[in-house]
Amino acid sequence: MKALPWIFLAAMGVFIYLPVGALVLFSFQGGTLPVPPFNGPSFQWYADILGDRDLMAALGHSMLVGLGSSAVATLLGFTAAYGLARHHLPGTTLMRAMLIAPLCVSYLIIGLGLLIMVQRLGLGLGLSLGTAGIGHVVINLPLCFSIIYASMGAQQLSAERAARDLGATEAKVVLLITVPMLLPAIAAAFFLSFTLSWDEFIISFLLTRFDVTLPVEIWSMLRSGLSPRLNAIGSLVFLVSVVVVLAMETLLFGKRK
Amino acid sequence: MTAPVTLTGLNHWFGTYHALRQIELSIEAGEYVTLLGPSGCGKTTLLSVLGGFVQPDEGRVMIGTQDMARVAPAKRPTTTVFQDYALFPHMSLRDNVGFGLRMAGQGRRARHAKAEEMLDLVGLAQAASKRPHELSGGQRQRVALARALAVEPEVLLLDEPLGALDLALRRQMQDELKQIQRRVGTTFVHVTHDQEEAMAIADRIVVMNAGRIEDEGTPQRIYRQPRSLFAAGFMGEMNQIAAMGTGAALETPLGTLPVAASGPQTLCLRPEALGTTGSLPLGTAVVKDAAFFGTHCRAHLAPEAAPEVILTAHLPPGDVPPPGTRIALAVAPEDLTVFPA
Repeated sequence: MKALPWIFLAAMGVFIYLPVGALVLFSFQGGTLPVPPFNGPSFQWYADILGDRDLMAALGHSMLVGLGSSAVATLLGFTAAYGLARHHLPGTTLMRAMLIAPLCVSYLIIGLGLLIMVQRLGLGLGLSLGTAGIGHVVINLPLCFSIIYASMGAQQLSAERAARDLGATEAKVVLLITVPMLLPAIAAAFFLSFTLSWDEFIISFLLTRFDVTLPVEIWSMLRSGLSPRLNAIGSLVFLVSVVVVLAMETLLFGKRK
Repeated sequence: MTAPVTLTGLNHWFGTYHALRQIELSIEAGEYVTLLGPSGCGKTTLLSVLGGFVQPDEGRVMIGTQDMARVAPAKRPTTTVFQDYALFPHMSLRDNVGFGLRMAGQGRRARHAKAEEMLDLVGLAQAASKRPHELSGGQRQRVALARALAVEPEVLLLDEPLGALDLALRRQMQDELKQIQRRVGTTFVHVTHDQEEAMAIADRIVVMNAGRIEDEGTPQRIYRQPRSLFAAGFMGEMNQIAAMGTGAALETPLGTLPVAASGPQTLCLRPEALGTTGSLPLGTAVVKDAAFFGTHCRAHLAPEAAPEVILTAHLPPGDVPPPGTRIALAVAPEDLTVFPA
C-alpha cells in the first residue's frame, strides 16, 4: 500500500509534466526533427518563429482576442453577479441558471451557432477576430459570473451599507467599495478567461479566416508535419500561461499575506 | 452637531409579523439613549428606521425639524456604528475615517486632518496608516466609532457595538463611549440586549418587548420602579411571588403587606432588597444554601410561612450563613413593586 502514493506521483509526472518537458526540451533541438537524439541546445527555431510574420501576427491576434474578450466577460460577469446578488428581481433563479448554462454547451455547438448567425447577418469575415472574441465571451462569461458571484458575501454587503450611510452614491459604492473588495475574484476571473481564450481552438477555427489566432495557426502548421518550430511555439504559449499564473499568484495572493 | 428625535405612530410589518407596534418616543438633543430588549423585540428594527435602512409602514421620524421617514441613509444627518464594524478592509484607517468627508466632497488635506483628529479622539492616532485587519476587535470598534463621528452627524446610532468584545474590554469601551459622547455632544442611540451595559452608559433606557416600548426612563427608575412586569424581569434578577390584592392590602405567602391592590397580583422583590434591616418585616426564613460572590453573599431562602417559595437574596458579604440558619427577613417598602398577574 505504501507504494501507491509513489506510483500515483510517478504517473502524474509521466502524463502531465513529461510531455511538457519534452516539448520544451526539443524546442532547443539542433536538427530538423523534434525526436531523440537531442543535439543541441540551439536557439535556431526560436529565431525562425520570431522572424515569421504570420506567426507573430497570429500571436498578436490571440493577445488581442484574449485581453478583449476577458475584459468584456469579466465586466459582464461582475455586473450580472452584482445585480443578482444585491437586488431581488423576478426570476432570479432562472436568470442565474441561464447565465451558467453555456458551461454545459460544447464549444463546437457555440462556434457553429455563431458561424450560422454571422453568415445570416451578412457580417462576412472581416470581423472574424471580433466574432471569435464574442465566442470567447460566451464561453467565459459563465465562469466569470460564477467566480465573482460566489465571492459576494455578507462582508461586502455590510461595507456597502456603511458606505451608503456615510453619504456615498450608488456609483461610488460600487467603484470605491464593491470592486476593490472583490478585486481578487475579479482578477482571478479575468486571468482564467484569458488563459482559456489564449489556447481555445474550435471557436476560433470556425470563425476566423484570414486573421487567425495562434492555436489555429499552429494547427495549420501541423498539417505540414512535425518540426521543432512547433515545439518552440508551444514553449512560447506555455511561457505566457506560466507568466499569467505567476502574475496572478504574486499580485493577488502575495499581497494578502 | 446634535438634534432631537421624535418618533410618532410608528408601525412596521415584516410580511405578517408586526415588528414595531405604535412606537411613540422622544429623544432630546445630546441625550444618550439605549434601546434595551431581548432579541426579536424590535430594537434593531427601530434603529434601522432611524438610520433609514428600513422605511416604516406608518408613522413619522422627526430628526431636528424634518420628517426623515422616507429619506435615504446617505441623505440623513445620522450615521451608524454597525455590529460587525463594517470597516473597509482595503483602506487605511485614515481613509476609512475620512470616507464620509470624501463623499461630502472635502479635499484630501482637510479630510486627512479631520480623520487624524477623530483617530486621536479614540486613541488610535499612531495607527492612521494601518489597515483594519492589523487591529484587535476593540480597536476596530474605535475606528468604526471615529468613522461615524467624523462627518459630525446629528444623531449617532450604535447597533450592539460592544457585542463582539470580551467582558473587560466591554466595560472599558462603555466608559469610553460615554466620555466621547459627553465630549462631542451628539445624540447617541445605542441598541443592546445587556441590561448592565444599558445602565452603565445610558441617560435614559427604553425597554422594548415584542415590538412595543414597555418602559422608558432613567436607569435607577427603571431598575427600582419598573412600570411593567417584563421590564422588571429584564432589568435584572427578580423574586416573583404570586399574591392576591384585597383592596387595601396584599395577601402574600409571606404575610399581609400594606399595599393597595385588588385581584391576582405578582409581587416583585430584587435579591439585594431582601435583607434584615428594612422597616417591613416578612417573617423568618431558613437558609438553604449560600455562596460568597465577593461583593455580596448569594443565598437561597425558604420562608417558614411558605417553604415552597424559594427566595434568592443578596446578603452583605460579611459572614456566609451556613445552611439551616434562621434569618428575620425585612424589606424597605419602596423596594416592593406589584403588578397585576
